[in-house]
Amino acid sequence: MSKSIMKLNNIYRSFKKGRTVIPVLKDINMDLKEQEYICFVGESGCGKTTLGKIITGLLKPSSGELIYQGKDVAKLKGSSYTDYRRGVQIIHQDPYASLNPTHTIFDILSFPLYRHKVVKGRKAAREKVSELLTSVGLTPVAAVIDKYPHQLSGGQRQRVGIARALTTNPKVIVADESVSMVDVSIRISILHMMMKMREELGSTMIFITHDLALAKYFAWKGRIAVMYLGRIVEIGTTPEITQNPQHPYTKSLLSALPEPDPDVTRRKEKIQLRSEDIPRLTELPPGCPFHPRCPWFVEELCDGEIPVLADVPDSDSNAKVACTPLTTGKGLNLYASTTS
Amino acid sequence: MSDVVLSVQDVSIVYHADRGDVKASNHISFDLHKGEAIALIGESGSGKTTVSLSFVDMLPKVAEITSGKVLFTNRDGKTSNIFEYSHEQMRDLRWKECAMVFQGSQSSFNPVLRIREQFLDTARAHGWNNKEEVIAKAIELLKFVRLDPERTLESYPHELSGGMKQRTLIALGVLLSPPVVIFDEPTTALDIITQRAIIDVLKEMQKELGFSIIFISHDLALAAELSTRVATMYAGAIVELGPVEDIFYRALHPYTLGLLRSVPRLSQANEELSSIKGNPPDLINPPSGCKFHPRCEFASEKCATKEPPLVEYEDNHQAACWHTEKVIEARKGLWD
Ligand SMILES: Nc1ncnc2c1ncn2[C@@H]1O[C@H](COP(=O)(O)OP(=O)(O)OP(=O)(O)O)[C@@H](O)[C@H]1O
Ligand SMILES: Nc1ncnc2c1ncn2[C@@H]1O[C@H](COP(=O)(O)OP(=O)(O)OP(=O)(O)O)[C@@H](O)[C@H]1O
Ligand SMILES: [Mg+2]
Ligand SMILES: [Mg+2]
Repeated sequence: MSKSIMKLNNIYRSFKKGRTVIPVLKDINMDLKEQEYICFVGESGCGKTTLGKIITGLLKPSSGELIYQGKDVAKLKGSSYTDYRRGVQIIHQDPYASLNPTHTIFDILSFPLYRHKVVKGRKAAREKVSELLTSVGLTPVAAVIDKYPHQLSGGQRQRVGIARALTTNPKVIVADESVSMVDVSIRISILHMMMKMREELGSTMIFITHDLALAKYFAWKGRIAVMYLGRIVEIGTTPEITQNPQHPYTKSLLSALPEPDPDVTRRKEKIQLRSEDIPRLTELPPGCPFHPRCPWFVEELCDGEIPVLADVPDSDSNAKVACTPLTTGKGLNLYASTTS
Repeated sequence: MSDVVLSVQDVSIVYHADRGDVKASNHISFDLHKGEAIALIGESGSGKTTVSLSFVDMLPKVAEITSGKVLFTNRDGKTSNIFEYSHEQMRDLRWKECAMVFQGSQSSFNPVLRIREQFLDTARAHGWNNKEEVIAKAIELLKFVRLDPERTLESYPHELSGGMKQRTLIALGVLLSPPVVIFDEPTTALDIITQRAIIDVLKEMQKELGFSIIFISHDLALAAELSTRVATMYAGAIVELGPVEDIFYRALHPYTLGLLRSVPRLSQANEELSSIKGNPPDLINPPSGCKFHPRCEFASEKCATKEPPLVEYEDNHQAACWHTEKVIEARKGLWD
C-alpha cells in the first residue's frame, strides 16, 4: 500500500440557514493515498462539492480533522499553511463562473505563479504559462494566451481551469464535475489529459461526479466512494463498486443508469425503489438514511441505529459498506428473500 | 394510407446575428411515423433545438426559415404545411397536435399559478372549458407520471423538486392528447434515479397513449434506451439516420462512430475510449465540402471540396459520407 497523503477524520459540516442547521456532511472518514485515483459519486446535493471544498481548504469542517502529510491542517501556520494551499488544488465545477471575465488567460495563469513564487519576472511567466497551455492541449499558444475567457469555447475554458490547477505542481487535485459541462465529443480528451497530468506530477487525483460510467473509466485503477445524504455508504476499488456493488443504494444507482448500447440497456434489470423521494437533510429518517427508499428494508433494524462502514462477511467484495443487515448478518434471510 | 404524421422536407434555418448569419439548420429531411420515437443526437450547437422549434413556430425573431416545408397529417388524415399556418392555426397545433416539452422546466411554468391553474389555463386557451373534465384528465396524467395528483395540483411550481416539475411538464404537455410530442433534453440535470423514473414514464406513456416522439439529447444512453430510430446531427444537418440498432451497431458515419467511441459503458470492464479531435464548427463560416472533414480521420481531398449527400445504404439507413467503407472497417471491434 502506498503512503497516505491526506486523512479525513470524522469530518462533519453543517450550514446555517436562518435558525435551522443543515447537516451536509457526516462521519466522513477516509485515508487518501499518494498518487491514487479516487472518485466521489452520488446524486445532486449529497455533499460532493462541499467535501471537495473542505479537502482544498476553501471550507472548514464544522468538526473533525483534516490531516495533510501527517499534520492537522487547522493548526498549520505561515509557510506550512501556504505549502498545503499550494499542494492541494481544485478544478471547479463551472468553467464559466470560475474564470475572471476581465482577465486574460495569461493573467489568470500567471497570477498564481507569481503568488506562489513559482516564477519571477514577466518573461519567465510567459514561458511557464506557454508551457502549461501546451500541456493541456491549448495550441497554438499564441492563439489563446492573450484572449479573455468568453472568447474561448466551453472545452477550452475547462482546459484553462485545469492549467490553473497545475500552476503550483499540486500533490492533490480535486476535479469537481470537470467534464460535465463539456461536450461528449471532447470529454474523453480532457479526461485523458487529466490522467496524463497525474502520471507526470504523481499527484493524487480526486474526481467528483454524478456519472458512474465516467467514474468507472477515470478511476479504473483506483477507488470509488458512493455518497448518500452526506455520508459515505460504500467504498471500494472501482472494479468492485461497478461490477459487484454491495450496498442497496449503489445497486440501485447502477441499475438505474441507462447504457449506450440498445440491447444491454433494454435488457438491464431495474431495481424498483420503495419511494423516489429523497428525504430532506433537515428531516432525515432515523437509522439508515436510505431505508425509506430501500427495497430490502428490514423493519426495526434499518430504522434503528445508523449503520457504519464495515466489511461484508462471506462476500467476494472487499468494499466497506454501511448497511446493517449486510455487515452484521442480522435480518439477512429477509434481505435475501427479496433479492431473488 | 401512409402512417407518416410529420414529414420534414428540406428545412433550412438561419439566425441573423451581429457577426453574420448562423446556418443552424441545413436541408433537414425526415419522416416521423405513427408511434415511433426518433432521437436527435449530436453535440451542443449542432442545431437539434433549432429545427424542432420550427415545427411549433417558436423560433426567435432573428431566425429565418430559408427553405423547406413540414407536412403535418392530422387525425382526419388531412395533410398541410405547418409553415403556411395562420397564427390561430399555429396556436391550436402547438398543444393539440404537436407539443414541445422544453429543457430546464423551471421557466416553463407561470411561477404565481398553482399547477391546477396551469392545467386549466392550457385547456381553456384551446376551447376546453369543462373544468371537471380537465381536472379529471390532469389527475389521470399526473398518476401516470407517478405523482400524487392532489398534492401536485395544489402546489406552486417552486414547491416541486426538479424531477417533479419535469414530470408535471410532461403531463401538461400531453393534456390535449397531441399525436406528436417533442421532448428537448427531458432528463438533463436530473438525478440518475429521477431520470430513470422519467424514462420509464415516457416509455409507458408512448405505449399506452400511442403518440410519436421526437426527442432531443446529447446522451447516447438515453437514445439507446428510448428511441426506435436515431438521427445524428452535425453542423446543422442530419449526417446519419437509421433504426437504433443500425446506428449503434452498424454506424456508417465517422461522426457517429466518433461519438460511440467516446462514451464509457458501465457493462464494459477496462475499455479504450477516444475523443473526436478538434473543435465544433463555426456555423457562420462553416468548413467547405463535408462539414465534418476537418475533424475526420478518413477525410480525403474530395471531402474538403464536395459535400456528400444523405444516401440510403441499407434498408432505411442513410448516411452522408464519401467513405462509408472505411467506417465499416473501423467500427469492427467496437462491440466485442
Ligand atoms: N453555503 C451553503 N449554505 C447552505 N446550504 C448549502 C451551502 N452549500 C451547500 N449547501 C447544501 O449542502 C448540500 C450539499 O451540497 P453540495 O454542493 O456539496 O452537493 P453536491 O453533491 O456537490 O451536488 P451537485 O451534484 O448538485 O453538485 C445541498 O443540500 C446544498 O443545498
Ligand atoms: N437566437 C440565436 N441567435 C443566434 N444564433 C443562435 C440563436 N439560437 C441558437 N443559435 C445558434 O444556432 C446553432 C444551433 O443551436 P441549437 O440551440 O439549435 O443547438 P442544439 O443542438 O440544440 O444545442 P444544445 O445541445 O446545446 O441545446 C448554434 O450555433 C447556436 O449558437
Ligand atoms: Mg457539486
Ligand atoms: Mg438544444
